[in-house]
Amino acid sequence: MTDAHGSTSLSIGADAGAGARTAPGTALLEVEGLTSAYGPVRALDGVTLSAEAGRITAVLGANGAGKTTLLRTISGLVRPVAGRVTLGGEDITRAPVEAMVGKGMAHVPEGRGVIAELTVDENLRVGSLFRGKVEKSEFDRVYDTFPRIAERRDNPAHTLSGGERQMLVIGRALLAQPRILLLDEPSLGLAPRIVAQIFGLLRKLVDSEGLSVLLVEQNARSALSVADVGVVLNLGRVVVTDQARTLMADEGLRHAYLGF
Amino acid sequence: MQQFVNVTLSGLIQGSIFAAFALALVLIWRSTRIVNFAQGSMAAATSFIALALIHSGQSYWLALVVALAAGFVLGAVVERVIVRPVEGGPELNAVIVTLGLFVAIQALIAIIAGSEFQSFPAPFGLRGFTFGSTTIALTPNSVFVLIAVLITMVLLVALFRFTRVGLAMRASAFGQEVARLLGVRVGRMLTLGWALAAVVGSLSGLLIAGGGLVYPAYMDSLIVFGFVAAILGGLDSPIGAIVGGLLLGLALSYVSGYVPRGSGLVNLAALVILMVVLLVRPGGLFASSTARRA
Amino acid sequence: MSEPQSPANARAGDELIEETPFTATAAANAPSAQAAGGRSFLPKSTLLRHLLILVLSAVGAVILLEVTDPFTNSQLASLTYYAIAAGGLTVLTGMNGQISLGHGALMAVGAYTTALFLGVDGEPLPLPVIFLVAVAISTIVGALVGVAAARLHGPYLAGATLALAVGLPGLALYFRDTLGGEQGLRVRAPEPPASFTNFIDLVSGNPASGTKWLAYVGVICLLITFFLLANLVRSRIGRTWRAVRDQEVAAELAGIDLGAWRVLAFVVSAACAGLAGAVLALVVRLAAPSGFTLVLSLALLTAIVIGGLGSLLGALLGSALLVFLPPFVTNLGGDFGLDQTKAAQLAPFVYGVVLIVAMIFAPAGIVGTIRLRWMTARAKRAVAGRAAHGG
Repeated sequence: MTDAHGSTSLSIGADAGAGARTAPGTALLEVEGLTSAYGPVRALDGVTLSAEAGRITAVLGANGAGKTTLLRTISGLVRPVAGRVTLGGEDITRAPVEAMVGKGMAHVPEGRGVIAELTVDENLRVGSLFRGKVEKSEFDRVYDTFPRIAERRDNPAHTLSGGERQMLVIGRALLAQPRILLLDEPSLGLAPRIVAQIFGLLRKLVDSEGLSVLLVEQNARSALSVADVGVVLNLGRVVVTDQARTLMADEGLRHAYLGF
Repeated sequence: MQQFVNVTLSGLIQGSIFAAFALALVLIWRSTRIVNFAQGSMAAATSFIALALIHSGQSYWLALVVALAAGFVLGAVVERVIVRPVEGGPELNAVIVTLGLFVAIQALIAIIAGSEFQSFPAPFGLRGFTFGSTTIALTPNSVFVLIAVLITMVLLVALFRFTRVGLAMRASAFGQEVARLLGVRVGRMLTLGWALAAVVGSLSGLLIAGGGLVYPAYMDSLIVFGFVAAILGGLDSPIGAIVGGLLLGLALSYVSGYVPRGSGLVNLAALVILMVVLLVRPGGLFASSTARRA
Repeated sequence: MSEPQSPANARAGDELIEETPFTATAAANAPSAQAAGGRSFLPKSTLLRHLLILVLSAVGAVILLEVTDPFTNSQLASLTYYAIAAGGLTVLTGMNGQISLGHGALMAVGAYTTALFLGVDGEPLPLPVIFLVAVAISTIVGALVGVAAARLHGPYLAGATLALAVGLPGLALYFRDTLGGEQGLRVRAPEPPASFTNFIDLVSGNPASGTKWLAYVGVICLLITFFLLANLVRSRIGRTWRAVRDQEVAAELAGIDLGAWRVLAFVVSAACAGLAGAVLALVVRLAAPSGFTLVLSLALLTAIVIGGLGSLLGALLGSALLVFLPPFVTNLGGDFGLDQTKAAQLAPFVYGVVLIVAMIFAPAGIVGTIRLRWMTARAKRAVAGRAAHGG
């Protein structure tokens, strides 16, 4: 995970197509008035936000704020009651879940989403299935980036540690050549050192490869330290959207919503 | 000694059919967490299709191919139309749906083809090979049974291990939501899984019918034996299902071969074996320390 | 688990929603004590209320049996044994969430016991004693099965009881000399006692035939069974069963021994199946393996599913269907040119279709679906009312 392993060599934007880059700073993923409900309970209540290309956008909030539901609604796992989601200008609100990755959105669900019964290598291969034939060199690049999972490529994924699983799922998501990566609580249950490593890697991918990330985190301090923009969610509504460093500096807001 | 060899041989042959049927149950269980109690009836239905073709003068082999194809279609339709609405719901609902299908298909066979016992031809001879003056319980037809089951297993292993579809099916079985997020069309994979399982189930139905009698309920025992074999192997493990099938075949063969009037006790013996396994090793014979709540 | 992950989780927190089952599950239709307590024209005490219903039902049954012809009498006699077994199965599946395909086999135990005791040389024991013995023996068998079944659930339990249903009739073939093999045992139904003849003479003046006597025996057994079951499900025992079904983890944490309660449910339902088998043996006058096939067990399952799992009234309605549907569809099949044996298969075909359709479209059954509609409508009104008050 250090420079010696050459994470910069991971060229996710090598091919055209789904991986086509949008100019940094322009809105890539836009969410307008998104409302989701479980029965009569509203988990999201008119959420509007946008994730810009080449930036890390962190959605923060306490337990039950609606963070996970937000990601699940964006990727179609939960059907919204109202609102709109567009990716690069295309309306994807009603698109089937299976089609999202083809449109350039990779969603790493809460709890990492490794398929425990498959081997590490098979997990990676599942991630690239929708693209048809994928060059072996692309797998090699993922293994070069994450040497720790390369050592265990033929082991079942359930033998991996939490940090290794996170590396596996990020590597797998990158094989899909996404325009935007949706990450649900990547820090959950990981040692601070590993969290720092993973966030550091994300930063590097965004800066050097032009990846865009929409990150959902309860660990607001770590998330804000790596993010460009922060969105604070409370009880299904957006409380504030601002530059990450501005949010860091706002002590009142931190105490009220972010818990540090 | 000769009796022991014969009883063992016929146990292994029967067991290989149980193994194939159990494997079909396991395939469906792994992908949808449903035990398909209708699998016996579905297989019986395809056997009757084969029988109708044979009666109309077609060859056994054409009938076999058509029956397996019919099984594929039947499995796919059943999953898509009947099982899909209860997938992921309360497990009792899925159990009741497959039981309903079980009795409905069986009755439908009786309505269309009648309830009488009909003899079903075997593709190869039914007389045992002879060595010198002794005849053993291995017939040309049972060699065919063993080879057919073996080929099926090899094909399935090849499908799941070495093909992209196989990988997508396994991903869909083990991590539905993740697979969908990765762009795998999980619905299609589940349909395909049921279709393939129905083909394997149909094959075991045809194999067990060969040289014997068929009637609408002739697979009732096999669904029990297949279930017991699958449980022996842990219900989640294809290898376990195969080993479980062979073990059960042997055990039942010894019961009917050595217990006086034991052939009437075979079903009961399967029940006893099932109960002992479920109570002593609910995770199957080969389960590791991770005990599962059965 | 940082947020509501599933509808179920989201619902649990809201007291309004908790009593509003938007998703109907197969086993979510047990009556709630409050729902029944609200009817003001019946006594408040559960026992008194049930006694009143018992007396009314008895009067109703007598009227029904006396205004209908002998053929209908015999159909109603069949209805009683289906209903007794279905009532027991309701306790098991509806209240306690366990499924059993073995109840046909348990009925066989009761039927064979009755046949054996009635077939002894010389004067047989009095009928009530024989019935009690039949119940006792099937209860013992049920307890054995129940101990094994208590650790199983869903498909495992279904498979195990399926094996029981397929395996147990083998005993009748194995012990051919005692149990009659494939032909089974003929049952000598006892003559109606003089008191019965006098009673019928008094009530209607109809001839007190043997068929009528057996129908009355069935009705008496049915009324006693349902009276006992109704009180049981409203008691602490019934509430515990439902807790075991719905809130497995919570019940376990509350110190409830899940296994013991599941065994108890199995034992109660096995006793019912035994009694049902005893009545069946009398009414059909035969105990043979062909009478206790898997289709019988599946028919019982159909009865409780269609009636709405967990409702005794539903079990009764479902059983009525098992009796009156087969002749109807068989005639229908005959009209469409099917021969008799093929037309007879239409009934099991309908059972299967009903099971599938019910699970897909109305998992709560007839009674349950009506109750569900009513409760959903009430909840909607409550929500509307709340919204109107600015809540």
